Amino acid sequence: MSLHEQWVAFATILVKEIRRFSRIWIQTLVPPAITMSLYFIIFGNLIGSRIGDMGGYAYIQFVVPGLIMMSVITNSYSNVVSSFFGAKFQRHIEELLVSPIPNYVILAGFILGGVARGLAVGFIVTLLSLFFTQLHVHDLGFTVIIVLMTAVLFSLMGFINAVYANSFDDISIVPTFVLTPLIYLGGVFYSIDLLPPFWAKVSQINPMLYVINAFRYGILGHTDINLVFAFSMIGLFTLLAALFSLYLLNSGKRLRQ
Amino acid sequence: MSKAISIRNLQKTYAGGFQALKGIDLDVEQGDFFALLGPNGAGKSTTIGILCSLVLKTAGRVEIFGVDIDKNFAQAKSFIGVVPQEFNFNNFEKVRHILIAQAGYYGIPADIAEQRAEKYMKALGLWDKRDTPARMLSGGMKRRLMIARALLHEPKLLILDEPTAGVDIELRRSMWDFLKQINAQGTTIILTTHYLEEAESLCRHIAIIDHGEIIQHSTMKALLKQLQEETFIFDVEGSLTGDFELPGYPARVVDEHCFELALRKGQDLNQVFAALSAANVKVLSMRNKANRLEELFVKLVERGQVA
Repeated sequence: MSLHEQWVAFATILVKEIRRFSRIWIQTLVPPAITMSLYFIIFGNLIGSRIGDMGGYAYIQFVVPGLIMMSVITNSYSNVVSSFFGAKFQRHIEELLVSPIPNYVILAGFILGGVARGLAVGFIVTLLSLFFTQLHVHDLGFTVIIVLMTAVLFSLMGFINAVYANSFDDISIVPTFVLTPLIYLGGVFYSIDLLPPFWAKVSQINPMLYVINAFRYGILGHTDINLVFAFSMIGLFTLLAALFSLYLLNSGKRLRQ
Repeated sequence: MSKAISIRNLQKTYAGGFQALKGIDLDVEQGDFFALLGPNGAGKSTTIGILCSLVLKTAGRVEIFGVDIDKNFAQAKSFIGVVPQEFNFNNFEKVRHILIAQAGYYGIPADIAEQRAEKYMKALGLWDKRDTPARMLSGGMKRRLMIARALLHEPKLLILDEPTAGVDIELRRSMWDFLKQINAQGTTIILTTHYLEEAESLCRHIAIIDHGEIIQHSTMKALLKQLQEETFIFDVEGSLTGDFELPGYPARVVDEHCFELALRKGQDLNQVFAALSAANVKVLSMRNKANRLEELFVKLVERGQVA
């Protein structure tokens, strides 16, 4: 395929992915908006007003970046895992497998679809947060790069999960038993400075800590961790996940007989 | 001129150890209408799966229009349109979207994709259903949608795996006409089917595969010439008794109004009718017991099973 043909194929997959999550907006865009609004009301206003400051910021200001990032992570992941597994389950993934599209274009199409949903939900949640607090972006460039890298990373993780999944149960296990606990323990609701030294150290092996804190730095200018290290880790894991996803596609594992 | 398909020593052993293909050789000429037949589990779908990359071969060489799939599978795949046995489109997508997306996967820009989608939806009677989600279509329409989808990038080779399974006779015949037309325009067609009448009426060349081996590979005419005996069924006026005999012929009574007779190739039918007249039997109608290709197919496959 020529570069132009590859571009057409990529755009086709991306448009199809965006159309898919837009068509079922009641399932994809509304629930995170409602859930996050409840978080803002309960944790931000009702409980947050009694907590006082966290890391030198009003509690609502502290939790908003974490909640935005939580929405981006879960939605990027679940978009790709459900879309790609659905394509496998209904066998319409064969439309792509029999076509001459290079595997990296297929991967890019699905991943950018996940990024699009992650960003769409992140944008909706950010708008909602403005009803509860004021957001001053400390470093716009850094914020944009971190949110994009995170959306790409978790879209890739969703893709890998979808390739290995054999049933719909398999696509909910990781989000329920791995992603959600790690996000909750990754400093969305608290600063790790509050933890005893031992648990603060344990928290440092949680990758969500770096993602959430890097984003919080972009918004507030406050971080619990080393930003260079966080940035490098997100970049490294994104690269590894992309290479592994391409290996899965190239080898045909669980996709071709 | 290179062949549409050239397969040499193609082997496939699945993960569980089942050897689906035991080193087949197969050639399909450009422009041919080719039948690939065989009983269930013989290796037809595995062969087709390898051609379109859904199945990974264990060994052997495959060329599609001269392009070795081990060297440039992307180019080889661009020549092929596939109509699989089972429905494999997104049930929630509209017909129009399924077709336009398919064109996009082959790098065809949206404006040309729209035109082609319209052309094939009209040709296959799907135009009125263009904005209907695929799950709302009838079985026959879903089959036609898969044919339209396979043609969107105007492939040089169309592979149809049981395209008329579960389709009513009227629709099946209209699909035959459509496929003949596509073939006449130069598209090579490979067809697998269990309707042997379909293969006999459409295809010029045939291969029969059984237990992962090609047991017959010839022109349809040459194959049908091998048929040494045909069985005819005669419907007669009045009643036949169980001990009815036709002197000189191995007649077998089917029921009181019907008997069957196996005749050697070239045997004089006038003599048969003379014998029937002499026996005072009035024939109301006469027909082949089975399609000619079906008789041969059963014999070839049975022979393979005995061997």
